Amino acid sequence: MPVPDRALEDRHRTLFTLASITALFALWYLAAMLAGSRLLPTPMAVIEVLVEEIEHGEMLFHLGVTLARVAAAFLIAMVIGTVIGILMGRLTRFNLFFDSWLILLLNIPALVTIILAYVWFGLIEAAAIGAVAINKIPTVVVVVREGARALEPGYLEMATIYRFGRTRTLRHVVLPQLYPFLVAAARSGLALIWKIVLVVELLGRSSGVGFQLQVYFQLFDVTRILAYTLAFVAIMQIIEFGMMQPLERRVSRWRP
Amino acid sequence: MNQIAIDVRRKCFRTAGGDQPRVALQDLRLSGRAGEFVCLFGPSGCGKTTVLNIVAGLDADFDGKVDLPTAEGRTTPVIGYVFQDPRLLPWRTVEENIRLAIDDAAAANGRIGSLLSAMGLDSHRHAFPGQLSLGLARRVALARAFVVEPDLLLMDEPFASLDAPTAERLRRLLIEIWSLRPTTVLFVTHDLREAIHLADRIVFLSAGPAHVIADIPIDLPRPRRGDAEVDAIRAQLLTDHGPELTQILTS
Repeated sequence: MPVPDRALEDRHRTLFTLASITALFALWYLAAMLAGSRLLPTPMAVIEVLVEEIEHGEMLFHLGVTLARVAAAFLIAMVIGTVIGILMGRLTRFNLFFDSWLILLLNIPALVTIILAYVWFGLIEAAAIGAVAINKIPTVVVVVREGARALEPGYLEMATIYRFGRTRTLRHVVLPQLYPFLVAAARSGLALIWKIVLVVELLGRSSGVGFQLQVYFQLFDVTRILAYTLAFVAIMQIIEFGMMQPLERRVSRWRP
Repeated sequence: MNQIAIDVRRKCFRTAGGDQPRVALQDLRLSGRAGEFVCLFGPSGCGKTTVLNIVAGLDADFDGKVDLPTAEGRTTPVIGYVFQDPRLLPWRTVEENIRLAIDDAAAANGRIGSLLSAMGLDSHRHAFPGQLSLGLARRVALARAFVVEPDLLLMDEPFASLDAPTAERLRRLLIEIWSLRPTTVLFVTHDLREAIHLADRIVFLSAGPAHVIADIPIDLPRPRRGDAEVDAIRAQLLTDHGPELTQILTS
């Protein structure tokens, strides 16, 4: 029996992915031809607009603004969510007290938080980013709390004996055990946050991808809406492959 | 340096059912001179680990009192604890695991280096614990306990589940390194030969609730290479303390 060839398998996988993307575009093209309407442009038309927007239009500016908001909301949500998650995972009373708050926050629709933030604090940047962060914090808390509950007591005993103190314990004992949970929270967080950021921009900002989508919606310019969508999906994939996956490899390099 | 004195009147564990708490230790008293190597020998499950955890300060929920040896110039005793499992942080290298145990690691570079060499860990200093055999991992755990220059060394069956030659080699290594800076040691084991091989004194513990049933000095000069001497002492112990020992050995 032939030994399975890793390189060949990898090549197979790439081929399949390529075939699948090609098929998707082919279907899209077919549907566009059949519809023959400007409300369903062909992939070529969308890519043409995309290139033109990047070269001469405002797309890069709006993408940049949205990315900055995503980054800010993401950072705030991860830091606050991690701190609360660790506290809730380690302190029983703290957890008992705040558990119902957490459930409430988890179930408030994103739209409600956004509307309330704008109504109470005005149509300002801080309200926009804060509203997005508040939507994400509870899910980070839930994931990190799970991790904090599962901390290996043996390592903590070791840290007590060898007098690690708070900082060393956090950095070398607690956080490394939480990394898988933090990576999971970051992954799902990014996906959720960029979608909510678009809603926030649509409702109360005059820049960013969400704002542009609203403009083109009013103009019924489906081509540009799709061009923006493609650009943003591509950027999120680049972040996933270029940042998340290398980061994950780095924090798990000790695994045999 | 003062001596170690342990006096546990009672140590209970609350059971999950919530009914009668289980008494693990009852009137357990023992002491040791500074620099003495004391083996705690008792049946499995009698509470030996509980004694070490109380002495280490990890378990404060007991009725009694523990006095620990403290070197001059130190306000609290420094403890080295070799757990039953090596308990190395798998995400830190061998060297980092040892370094983390010391406060001022930069000042201790020389000490870390010579300890790594003495323990034959030089070529593994940048390895992660997951890449080590159990024998090597146990060596790292020993190195970590010694690097803090402890006033008291606690060891909980540190050579369990090793093959006999590896365990034998590690026992020699332990005595070699300990002899350079004799420290009070409490060494838990349920292997009588190991206890005779290592100890200045063997304290026999009863089945739970554990208390001391015999306290026997071993007058055998170090290094103790001969199996013959160890076996002779073992035979002697079995004749002198037959009933207590059979109780332990058969449990």
